[in-house]
Amino acid sequence: MLKIKNIEVVYDDVILVLRGMSIEAKKGSITVLLGSNGAGKSTTLKAISGLLKSEEGKITDGDILFENRSLKNRNPEEIVSAGIFQVMEGRRIFGTLTTEENLKVAGYCRKYGKKILKNKIEKIYEYFPHLKERREIRAGYLSGGEQQMLAIGRALISEPKMILLDEPSLGLAPLLVKELFEIIERINRIDKITILLVEQNADIALSIGNYGYIMENGKVVLEGSCAKLRENEDVKEFYLGISAEGKKSFKNVKHYRRRKRWL
Amino acid sequence: MNYFIQLIVSGIVLGSIYALIALGFVLIYKATRVLNFAQGELLMAGAYIAFALTVQLHIPFWSAFFIAMLLCALLGLIIEILILKPLIGEPIISIVMITIGLSIVLKAIVEMIWGTETRVYPAIFSTQPIALGAISVSKSSLFSLVAAITLFIIFHLFFKFSSTGIAMRAVADDQQAAQSMGINIKKIFAISWMVAALVAGIGGILIGNMNGINVSLGMFGLKVFPAVILGGLDSIPGAIIGGITIGVLESLSGGYLDPLVGGGVKMVAPFAILLVILLIKPYGLFGTEEIEKV
Ligand SMILES: Nc1ncnc2c1ncn2[C@@H]1O[C@H](COP(=O)(O)OP(=O)(O)OP(=O)(O)O)[C@@H](O)[C@H]1O
Ligand SMILES: [Mg+2]
Repeated sequence: MLKIKNIEVVYDDVILVLRGMSIEAKKGSITVLLGSNGAGKSTTLKAISGLLKSEEGKITDGDILFENRSLKNRNPEEIVSAGIFQVMEGRRIFGTLTTEENLKVAGYCRKYGKKILKNKIEKIYEYFPHLKERREIRAGYLSGGEQQMLAIGRALISEPKMILLDEPSLGLAPLLVKELFEIIERINRIDKITILLVEQNADIALSIGNYGYIMENGKVVLEGSCAKLRENEDVKEFYLGISAEGKKSFKNVKHYRRRKRWL
Repeated sequence: MNYFIQLIVSGIVLGSIYALIALGFVLIYKATRVLNFAQGELLMAGAYIAFALTVQLHIPFWSAFFIAMLLCALLGLIIEILILKPLIGEPIISIVMITIGLSIVLKAIVEMIWGTETRVYPAIFSTQPIALGAISVSKSSLFSLVAAITLFIIFHLFFKFSSTGIAMRAVADDQQAAQSMGINIKKIFAISWMVAALVAGIGGILIGNMNGINVSLGMFGLKVFPAVILGGLDSIPGAIIGGITIGVLESLSGGYLDPLVGGGVKMVAPFAILLVILLIKPYGLFGTEEIEKV
């Protein structure tokens, strides 16, 4: 469904952040993208959604294909129309708008009639009954968990074919994280929306994903089915926090060596 | 006491026009973070467009009023496309300088076409004032006030209920997040300029209708600064309250202080108040407090 082919992304004409990054997300699947801070995960998502432009970023090489059409350097509104919706890192709720207005705005580009929009919003409230109670409240006053639900609700309003999720679990309590990932799975299975998931919480991400990629320094260094990745020694050690030897003093040395190999 | 109320009323009438200009100013600032120094000249342009339509083309006032509104919006759109759009992404300070240039150009164009003398609209209301209890108000002032209030209500409804209005607020709140919703921010910028030029133009027509017009109308734009800074640069209700407050203060200081010192206080008072307000509340009465991220 979505193919990223060897893209190179440059910020401010000089800062090379992605170099030969390639991933593929199959239709109907959950694809997981892991990597340490600054590896370029968010940049990859913004390259897809066209938000790079507003940060002086540009795809200088390679191509991004969605249903065999190139999305390279298109405007964000064209990409939303094509059916890809990004839920940005940090949720980015419109704090001065009410909960319901946040949902309305998300339907803006689809130009729904009043009635259809209302039905769609009702459907979101069925998914997240909590939001319904808070519909008239300024979204800035919602709790972190509610804001994350709202962010996902906004994505669903525009009925995308694919959702890009950037660190949805950020700052949520463990119980909420579990609930959130159940919702993500449900959106994938029931609403048949393809998902590309960027996460720091590798454990839970790999448990719901089908296929995964691990990136370092702007490119993929490891890939495989999520089940396989969970068994990989490096992944276990660096992302799942399980070390085979468990000896602390050697860990740092090893960390350095392994990291070297990946770079 | 009657004198006092009379001053208050004329202050509110004047202030509601400041509020209209301030509203346009805040609209542009909220959507694009640009301080538009040509807001007063947009008002002047509106006033002259209406003058050309009524006096020179002999179009009846009401039709002329609506045609002028459309032309003002069009002017805003043209300015946005020709001048502002190519500058998106440039430093804000250069864009602000461009708006100063724009104000000079607009003024020069008006002077070239219509000269510098004061012109008047054909009278559409009888000069017979209306008595409201002990005070009397001219019909054109009353019309001005009613028109301004109607506009404020329309704006409120527009921002609260229309999808474009809500999208404009979303863009003002978080531009990049708005883009991620598929909102075309360039379109929103253009709409902001159109609406700002439209409300300023209406302000110009209302003033022209009360006092006649000349090129110094652009000076009204200066009053927008105390008004919006009082109200908070990014607050629409703030712009309205700020505009009316400045109008009332100006009227009161003109009525009570000017006779004592021989005139001039009226012009200075709004700015004096502005200084005091800024000392107490740096973000204005209704502005969003911003914490600079390091
Ligand atoms: N707008 C920008 N301008 C310049 N450099 C940027 C910009 N955005 C990101 N970068 C740089 O690009 C690199 C990758 O950033 P990115 O945000 O994609 O990382 P990430 O993998 O999402 O990290 P995190 O896990 O911390 O969110 C970083 O080194 C960052 O400093
Ligand atoms: Mg990131």
